[in-house]
Amino acid sequence: MEWEAVIGLEIHVQLATQSKIFSGASIAFGSEPNTQACAVDLGLPGILPVLNETAVEMAVKFGLAVDAEIGMKSVFERKNYFYPDLPKGYQTTQNDLPIIGPGLVEIQLENGTSKHIRIHHAHLEEDAGKSLHEAFFDENGRGMTGVDLNRAGTPLLEIVSQPEMNSAKEAVAYIKAVHSIVTYLGISDGNMAEGSMRCDANVSMHYKGTPLGTRCEIKNINSFKFIEKAINHEIERQIELLEDGGRVIQETRLYDPDKNETRSMRSKEEANDYRYFPCPDLLPVVLDEAYIEHIRSEMPELPKQKKQRFIDELGLSAYDASVLSSTRAMADYFEQVFQTCGDAKSAANWVMGELSAQMNKDNVEVENCPVSAVQLGQLVKRIIDSTINAKAAKQVFVALWEKEGNSVDEIIADKGLKQVTDTGAIAAVVDEVLAKNPQQVEQYLAAPADKRGKMIGFFVGQIMKASKGTANPQMVNQLLSEKLG
Amino acid sequence: MHNKTIAELAKGLADGDFSSVELTRHFLQRINTLDSQYNSFITVTGEQALAQAEAADALRAAGNAGKLAGIPIAHKDIFCTEGVLTTCASKMLSNFVAPYDATVVSRFKQAGLVTLGKTNMDEFAMGSSNENSFYGAVKNPWALGAVPGGSSGGSAAAVAARLVPAATGTDTGGSIRQPAAFCGITGLKPTYGRVSRWGMIAYASSLDQGGPMARTAEDCALLLNEMAGFDPKDSTSLKKAVPDYTADLNQPLAGLRIGLPKEYFGEGLSSEMGDTIMTAVKEFEKLGATIHEISLPNTMLAIPAYYVIAPAEASSNLSRYDGVRFGHRCENPVNLEDLYKRSRGEGFGKEVQRRILVGTYALSEGYYDAYYRKAQRIRRLIQQDFLNAFNEVDLIMGPTTPSEAFDLGSNTDDPVQMYMEDIYTLAVNLAGLPGISVPAGLVNGRPVGLQILAGHFQESQLLNAAHQFQNATNWHQLAPTANQ
Repeated sequence: MEWEAVIGLEIHVQLATQSKIFSGASIAFGSEPNTQACAVDLGLPGILPVLNETAVEMAVKFGLAVDAEIGMKSVFERKNYFYPDLPKGYQTTQNDLPIIGPGLVEIQLENGTSKHIRIHHAHLEEDAGKSLHEAFFDENGRGMTGVDLNRAGTPLLEIVSQPEMNSAKEAVAYIKAVHSIVTYLGISDGNMAEGSMRCDANVSMHYKGTPLGTRCEIKNINSFKFIEKAINHEIERQIELLEDGGRVIQETRLYDPDKNETRSMRSKEEANDYRYFPCPDLLPVVLDEAYIEHIRSEMPELPKQKKQRFIDELGLSAYDASVLSSTRAMADYFEQVFQTCGDAKSAANWVMGELSAQMNKDNVEVENCPVSAVQLGQLVKRIIDSTINAKAAKQVFVALWEKEGNSVDEIIADKGLKQVTDTGAIAAVVDEVLAKNPQQVEQYLAAPADKRGKMIGFFVGQIMKASKGTANPQMVNQLLSEKLG
Repeated sequence: MHNKTIAELAKGLADGDFSSVELTRHFLQRINTLDSQYNSFITVTGEQALAQAEAADALRAAGNAGKLAGIPIAHKDIFCTEGVLTTCASKMLSNFVAPYDATVVSRFKQAGLVTLGKTNMDEFAMGSSNENSFYGAVKNPWALGAVPGGSSGGSAAAVAARLVPAATGTDTGGSIRQPAAFCGITGLKPTYGRVSRWGMIAYASSLDQGGPMARTAEDCALLLNEMAGFDPKDSTSLKKAVPDYTADLNQPLAGLRIGLPKEYFGEGLSSEMGDTIMTAVKEFEKLGATIHEISLPNTMLAIPAYYVIAPAEASSNLSRYDGVRFGHRCENPVNLEDLYKRSRGEGFGKEVQRRILVGTYALSEGYYDAYYRKAQRIRRLIQQDFLNAFNEVDLIMGPTTPSEAFDLGSNTDDPVQMYMEDIYTLAVNLAGLPGISVPAGLVNGRPVGLQILAGHFQESQLLNAAHQFQNATNWHQLAPTANQ
């Protein structure tokens, strides 16, 4: 019998609205504590919430992107509990009637296959503030807790999956797919470091074909890397526990990235009774078909559609299309390169080859890549129009990456990389090389035809060296075969 | 001057008979000398009032004054007032100075009315006697040993004692109508959603509604003209045009169909009360209305439904008072739980704590269906009762309360007996309907009220009937003897 992990994810996506979900305060990240919290966010007596319509629109966009049922009537409820960073003593969220019903997300696995993960539902809610436990002391030097309510009221879309992932890698593939969808839609900046996407994982172990095991919820996992590590750690912990004859207790565990471990936060018995009930300050959100159709008509192209277009219209392979459509930033970059150079295959090769290698090496994302898509497009164009050859192109690319120049043509001129296509000039070099190497010429002429191919490489190399790499290789080949008969 | 209605004062100001400053000084003077016996005000904002009065006079001199500019009023201390203490009569908020105005407050400010201060009330509007106030009980100006009703008891007493021509109130289960009845004034609870709740400290959000308390229906109409209307800051306020509520006051009542619910005239109603109300109803017959017996079969369910829904909402609404950001905080908390427990234990009075506990229980896992969900079902039945009734009649009438004002301290040991005081008013909030209480006579020397109910947004019809009644009777002109 073999252990199988069963994983479900709850992803909190911070929506890229201008203002908070129930107030007019800004949601910009990184401001001084409590400077972006208005009376509503502070939960002052007498305040009332007003729903941000853009948040509803964004949630519907997500629903349409994952082919979900849209909740034509959704209801905000209050989730009641006390915590210092929860100003009203309740979180306004959706429970019984969420805005997004069951949907489907396709994930790409490492072996090249794909798998469908079902979305249970997605709902809108407000974020809480932050408790700051460091650097606050009273006059007696005792530690205090600070509360920053800038984040309170930030709109979140909580996307709840079915427990259908069976490994940490699948979980990562799923969250990457969701990341890709929300950034394509422009409904979130997807910035995990700033908390724009946060994830809780439900993990349980069982033997295949037997009932599901008891699950633990792991909270506070906020990067692709930590998701994989935290889940793998939890899988190992549970297997170890079970194989030692122990039993998994249903509980909430907190992931500590510094120690790479999870530790118990609260058990099921200690869980809050949240006393959900419909929020009497907000009306049910009722949508109609015309509204949904209007949003559908404004939907941008999604990863799946983009991939198909890259295959059908640009003639890319399925693999290339899938890599290039994986994130909106990557796809936008590629399309810009393609539009500048006019050749999709060459653009794809450069983006996936030289550019990706350099980005990996320097740990740079395409969003802040030092070589712009237009620059790379011009570079590829100069290869296609034979201004430079592939070898010279790599030198130009390095120069662009190192910011040695802005214009591809200027770099080519400065470095003297322009390809020599003048037959007379190349012929002179060919003659010079042949004259300098009479022995090799003799050997070549004496060799049988099937050995000659390899031997001609020697002359090509010498000629390229002599021309400092600027000779057109096709012309060199042609002249050589003419002259050597 | 203090016996004049708002309509009369507005005319006096327009005719230059007196200035707003004179008017304001006069009422401030009365509050100063008389309110020690009633305790109807928590905060008096004399300086600010005089500044507002001067501004109103200046506007009038310049020919830019609105109809009600310069008229003094008071706000129930549940409405947030910028820069002024807003306590909800609770120790919890005894240090809370609101940083903004409630929409009702700012609308009155814009219309140029002068705010004399903030009136006493039951803590967080929970109570029917105004005995649940951190600032002490309010006395009924008609009998100092009697309660003024609640929760808007301070507003009712102040208007009855002629300390202010009118005041705002809020009504969650009868908190405008019942004190209006006990103090012999006119109090209107508008349709839910007619008046913005922004800045009105929430007790039970789906039931709370602000409204005017004055001496006459005409004054209530004048005030409602300023209060009513859609507010983008309140999602439950309705986008519905606001008529001029004074326009239909003098429509004849001939042919008006009045329904008397048999459930409102049964057990629990004293015979003197019954006689007084029937005498009032007969006035409408004289004015050409026809009287019909109707039935609101689920009337008795209103009390249990209300005392599930209102405390449930309150338990959540009052969670924000935790000692963390504002309001009362206990001394030297040892940890977070201690901070919560003591701040809330010390800051809230008994009745507030009782309702928080009841509401928390009703929403708890395992009890939700039995209490909260069932109460919501009853609420729909009650709404349906009224909708059915309004298919047959135009207005519904009955007593506002089962009896005249009771003595201070007489109901404080028995919360359920106290809850029964609201039997005729609660259902109206559950159904979201408008209702008005008008003075209809005296029982044992204490005023009692006739309650008139209308369909949703039929305030004009309600005010028309009340005004015609007041044209035909003089109960609304009676003043407590000590103050004439």
